[in-house]
Amino acid sequence: MTPLERATRLSNLGLAVTTVGFVALAGVYVRALAFTPLERFQGPAQKIFYVHVPAAFCALLAFGIVGVISLLYLWLKDERLDLFSASAAEVGVAFSVVMLTTGPLWGKPVWGTWWTWDARLTLTLFLFFLFVGYLLLRNAVPEPTQRARYSAVLGISGLVLIPFIHISVYLFRTLHPEPILLKPGRPSLPTTMLTTLLLSLGVFAVLLVGFLMQRYGLALTRAAREERGLA
Amino acid sequence: MLRAEGLYRAFGPIVALDGVSFSLDAGESLTVFGPNGAGKSTLLRTLAGLLRPQRGTVYVDGARYDGRNAAQRRRIGWISHQSLLYDALTASENLIFVARLHGVDRPTSAARAALERVGLGDRIHAPVRTLSRGMVQRTAIARSLLHEPGLLLLDEPFTGLDVDAARGLRELLTTEIREGHAVVQVTHNVEEGLELASRVAVQRAGRFVAYGPRSAFDAAAVSSHYRTGGTDA
Amino acid sequence: MRETLRDAITIARKDLLLEFRARTTAISALVFSALVLVIFYFARDPTEISDRALAPSVLWVTFTFAGMLGLNRAFQIELETRALDGILLAPANRTSLYLGKVFANLAFVLMLEAITVPLFGVFFNVDVVSPLVPLAGVIILATIAFVAVGTLFSAMTARTRFAELMLPVLLVPFLMPPITAAVQMTERLFAGRPLSEVAGWLRLLAAYDIAFVILGILLFEATLDE
Repeated sequence: MTPLERATRLSNLGLAVTTVGFVALAGVYVRALAFTPLERFQGPAQKIFYVHVPAAFCALLAFGIVGVISLLYLWLKDERLDLFSASAAEVGVAFSVVMLTTGPLWGKPVWGTWWTWDARLTLTLFLFFLFVGYLLLRNAVPEPTQRARYSAVLGISGLVLIPFIHISVYLFRTLHPEPILLKPGRPSLPTTMLTTLLLSLGVFAVLLVGFLMQRYGLALTRAAREERGLA
Repeated sequence: MLRAEGLYRAFGPIVALDGVSFSLDAGESLTVFGPNGAGKSTLLRTLAGLLRPQRGTVYVDGARYDGRNAAQRRRIGWISHQSLLYDALTASENLIFVARLHGVDRPTSAARAALERVGLGDRIHAPVRTLSRGMVQRTAIARSLLHEPGLLLLDEPFTGLDVDAARGLRELLTTEIREGHAVVQVTHNVEEGLELASRVAVQRAGRFVAYGPRSAFDAAAVSSHYRTGGTDA
Repeated sequence: MRETLRDAITIARKDLLLEFRARTTAISALVFSALVLVIFYFARDPTEISDRALAPSVLWVTFTFAGMLGLNRAFQIELETRALDGILLAPANRTSLYLGKVFANLAFVLMLEAITVPLFGVFFNVDVVSPLVPLAGVIILATIAFVAVGTLFSAMTARTRFAELMLPVLLVPFLMPPITAAVQMTERLFAGRPLSEVAGWLRLLAAYDIAFVILGILLFEATLDE
């Protein structure tokens, strides 16, 4: 099998996984809307929770992938690792955008404000900035190995930054408590809600894998075409 | 003194070095000709250890060289059409900086001596930006020879030089080679390149399409390899 | 180790000499810094927000904006005539190049801050003299954080298109923890409170400095051609 065929097969497989993911997501939402009880205080708006939380989780996971794969790239210098971490960054942008848009949609009816500087929301906002910076930097460096090294440096630095941002937001909030914004924190969810959330998390993980496979397959296809075009 | 084995280097899909091998003893001088984009500069930067080959090895003084070993790096002198000088500093400040980095004893007097050697004894306190192109190049040469390297790597060193400065550089290099230094020069200036060479190579698309002793080449032969050499012509 | 430091100081001295010769960057950064202070003074409703309430944020935003102006230059001067090749070919190691640039940038930004602080004290009617020693400590710690990351990133951005735009986009997210910490501590100092009240921030900033100086040393090599 040529590299091009392998790349195409990976993309197709990714498409299949994504499709399964979306079907399952529809299933989860049927469960969330019809078979999971309404949250007493938040009402139907709380249903968005089952997208919001898993999206944040996937964005963070994607960033973890970028960081760890970047580290591996600097060690092994394999071009495919670079393509993979770039794919993860693009997928991460998508998830963080979902998280950042569903946050206000949830927040407005529940807390009466579009945006809060809640720890998780803030962290995802920074993830989004880091992903975008990462992709902008890639765009500004034409030479492939240089681009790979630069983006690896940024990816690893970002991974180190994340805990610092998290602690900063935490310290910031303990100094300036904002009592109006009743953050549910970690409420003990009723079992049905928890099950729905866990199902949704699982489905989002499938989507992450599906997106990643497609995007990486596409990157490999491009690389293979370029090689063939110049050979 | 210098040996290259199967050097391969690609930048993404573009192959700049594709299996280049040669070896060079003390007192020998290799000139590598080639059109723009043939990978000549990549070759020179790889030999200097500024670029890492993806395959193949560079040996300096018989030992594997990857640009990290300080003792091997100290053996290398680098002259290019870029001056490597800081325009806002004086000639002497530039050279003192280099002398310090190389751990040369008594940097100030070493810098003065090096500048006097290239005939700039009266301009050592002039900022580089006030010097003429020829004087800048002489300062650059003094800078490169300050730590007394045994192996000179030259990237288009004659570019932009006037007749006098070019003659000066040629004489200096001839002396260096006679004294047992090894020289690798990459250029597309056939005349200047042949004059100093004891070996000649023509590089195209990352490969040596012709390589041999100076006696096997004349200007016409080099030019013909420019046009027809290489498998992708 | 000693050689690395010696070479780093050689490189930093050379950079500062160059800076002293040209002076453009330093003077522009200073003027810019004064301008930011002035703009901030007017960019508010004085009946709603007092000088004191605004002061710590103004100080740190000014430092950040002005400090960023000099960062790209550190590597641009090496690229103009490919002087960087000369440094890389010298027996000095890569870490000394990074540290040399860090030292030079530190000197540059600290100089800028040393001139901005009294100006700030006068414009915003803040007593900067009595908390001077702890304030200097906070400034130094936060500037190390700024410069450690900024130097690493500018080694990359200096070689990209749109360097002047790229650096802030990459750098500012990384400045959130150190600047937040610095503002909190500065606020305490201006209020005449001891730093021990914000020990958490102090620890965070110190940890950040250590983490990113080490990271800078380890990752710097990957920003060079190879």
